[in-house]
Amino acid sequence: MDPTPSLFALMSFGPDGWGMRFVEGLVVTLEVSAASYFLSLIFGLLGASAKLSTSPTLRRIADLYTTLVRALPELLLLLLIYFSGADAIKFVLSFISADFEDVEIDPFIAAVAALGFIGGAYMTEVMRGAILSIPTGQIEAAKASGMSKLLTLRRVIVPQMLRYALPGMGNLWLSATKDSSLISVLGQTQDLLFMGYRASAVTKHYGFFYSVAAIMFLGITIVSVIAIRIIEARVNRGYR
Amino acid sequence: MDTTLKVEDLHKRFGEVEVLKGVSLAAKTGDVIAMIGSSGSGKSTLLRCINLLEMPNSGRVAVNGELIRMKSLPDGTALPEDQKQVERIRSKLAMVFQSFNLWSHRTILENVIEAPVHVLKVPRKEAIERAEALLAKVGIAEKRNFYPNHLSGGQQQRAAIARALAMEPSVLLFDEPTSALDPELVGEVLQVMRKLAEEGRTMLVVTHEMGFARDVASQIVFLHKGQIEEQGDPRELLANPKSERLKQFLSSTRH
Amino acid sequence: MNESFTFIASIAPTLLAAVPMTLVLTFLSAVIGNSLALPIAVARLSGNVFVRYPSAFFIFVMRGTPLLAQTYLIYYGLGELLPGSWVQQSFLWPYLREGFWYAVFAFSLNTAGYTGEILRGAIEAVPRGEIEAAKAYGMSSRMIFWRIKLPRAVQICLPTMTGETILLLKATSLASLITVWEVMGTARQIQKVTFRVYEPLLAAGFIYIVLVFILTRVLMIVERRINRHRLDPVAA
Repeated sequence: MDPTPSLFALMSFGPDGWGMRFVEGLVVTLEVSAASYFLSLIFGLLGASAKLSTSPTLRRIADLYTTLVRALPELLLLLLIYFSGADAIKFVLSFISADFEDVEIDPFIAAVAALGFIGGAYMTEVMRGAILSIPTGQIEAAKASGMSKLLTLRRVIVPQMLRYALPGMGNLWLSATKDSSLISVLGQTQDLLFMGYRASAVTKHYGFFYSVAAIMFLGITIVSVIAIRIIEARVNRGYR
Repeated sequence: MDTTLKVEDLHKRFGEVEVLKGVSLAAKTGDVIAMIGSSGSGKSTLLRCINLLEMPNSGRVAVNGELIRMKSLPDGTALPEDQKQVERIRSKLAMVFQSFNLWSHRTILENVIEAPVHVLKVPRKEAIERAEALLAKVGIAEKRNFYPNHLSGGQQQRAAIARALAMEPSVLLFDEPTSALDPELVGEVLQVMRKLAEEGRTMLVVTHEMGFARDVASQIVFLHKGQIEEQGDPRELLANPKSERLKQFLSSTRH
Repeated sequence: MNESFTFIASIAPTLLAAVPMTLVLTFLSAVIGNSLALPIAVARLSGNVFVRYPSAFFIFVMRGTPLLAQTYLIYYGLGELLPGSWVQQSFLWPYLREGFWYAVFAFSLNTAGYTGEILRGAIEAVPRGEIEAAKAYGMSSRMIFWRIKLPRAVQICLPTMTGETILLLKATSLASLITVWEVMGTARQIQKVTFRVYEPLLAAGFIYIVLVFILTRVLMIVERRINRHRLDPVAA
């Protein structure tokens, strides 16, 4: 083997190159982003419903949720939820059987749960704003025609909400792809930034491999921005 | 008598549309020229071409005998030859806008002294003294430390007039100064303008206020489709319009 | 539970001692980043493509890649370049070896990218009439920029910039990953030494909440002072 392989060789897709591993890292990053984004949609919908509900307790819980998440560094929250999530599941499982004492929580799932929880707080605000921008007359009209709360939510609010929430949701997707890089800190997932870390630590070509990771993130952003534009144009078609 | 403002053969096109088709105009010191015409007649564009907020395609503008030097470009548009000259001449043509355009990050007093201090280099203290006198003159001395957003439309427009006067301009340009105001606030602004006319200031006023044009103006100019259709003594012109279009215009605006 | 509180009380002095580092990181990055944002916004609006495109590209990269990746790239990438160069001989070297300066550098650039874009939007949002009035009164374009456009734009984007500064305060926690002992880094260090998972993080979290609360208040006061014109009239 060439003692000092060229940078080009380092990025090759062969057994000695890092090319394939970066592609795998890209896939992991996209998986984590997509899964945590999906989770944040659920948290966001729940949070927004709670914030707009008539129950003061629900409202207070939702306020606490968004305030805390927005005041705490993402890294700190990630670690906190990552550790406590694993412990909580172990704790529950320990009631079922002592055999689960040593169960390992899949770091992927724990990381996704943490990122989804964090993103959900921002999503809550986006969705709350979107629901509030739906003309109240339409919700009253749904009520007047005898629709139940759930039916109103499903048939009137959610379809229209999408249009108002779309710009915010697009931004949060871009954040989700970038925030997913935090999981590299856990050292348990083979994501894009972790690959950059590994490759540069092994080869000592720090600048090169971190640039490769950064460029790939930039690629995700470019594709995402284009996709968001297309989706927005499609959703807004009937309204212009 | 000396000519304060002279406009000759002004042409202005926006793309394919020719908005001004060769307009000429002269104002002697103390003249109050009211420009009337339906919307789209080009009267606001004419005003904005005089201080080069819009660049005319061709024509000549002279203030106090000084010609604004312009160079024509091959594509039919024109550019000022000397931006410094344009800035100097603009400082002699103070403009009052339809939507006031006060600088909202500065108090009323700061609005009035802004250009005198920074464009004319008047010492700050002197500028403040003069500004206070002008604000008293337009009747809003007590509002000097307020920000524009806290004033009524009429008060904002009077502040804007004080700002214009602070430049000690050769000509005051008014671009529909009362059109954005609620009806009950129009009177206070017209009253200030009337006072200025009586002082012998040279004014060019684009307006829809026929009463003001008749009583205050020394000359009325009626613009139609980018050309001066008729001009002359206000009472004479309003009483005996010669052109068919002016007759039509007057019957549509007369209450 | 009680035992946890005793433990937190015992580590509190160590964590609190790291607060100045977090604040200094935030303050330096905010000052440097926001100062850089101005030329970037101006360049972004320039008619000259050789100025506009690089600025647009810089903004795009800063906003399009994770801050953590930028931080690593600067820390390890520059760290790889500098040691062999003349910099190592210079009297600055002992300082440049520190993760601290790399963190400040990375956070400043990132802030400059985000704020530059915000400022660009705000400059474009200044009402046209106010700029026209300035022109009509004989102001030069330079004067219009410094006296009308910029102060107005700053007022317009101030609430957004306040939010960005809070985000920056939180983002300084990433410095812990390049050996800077601010609050987060200190908390992780305590974790490693004491084998306690939750208490150091919870205590650090509490500190961040207090810092965010205080900074929000301070910035609100600043904003209110600068945006006086939007509030109640001032008595003459």
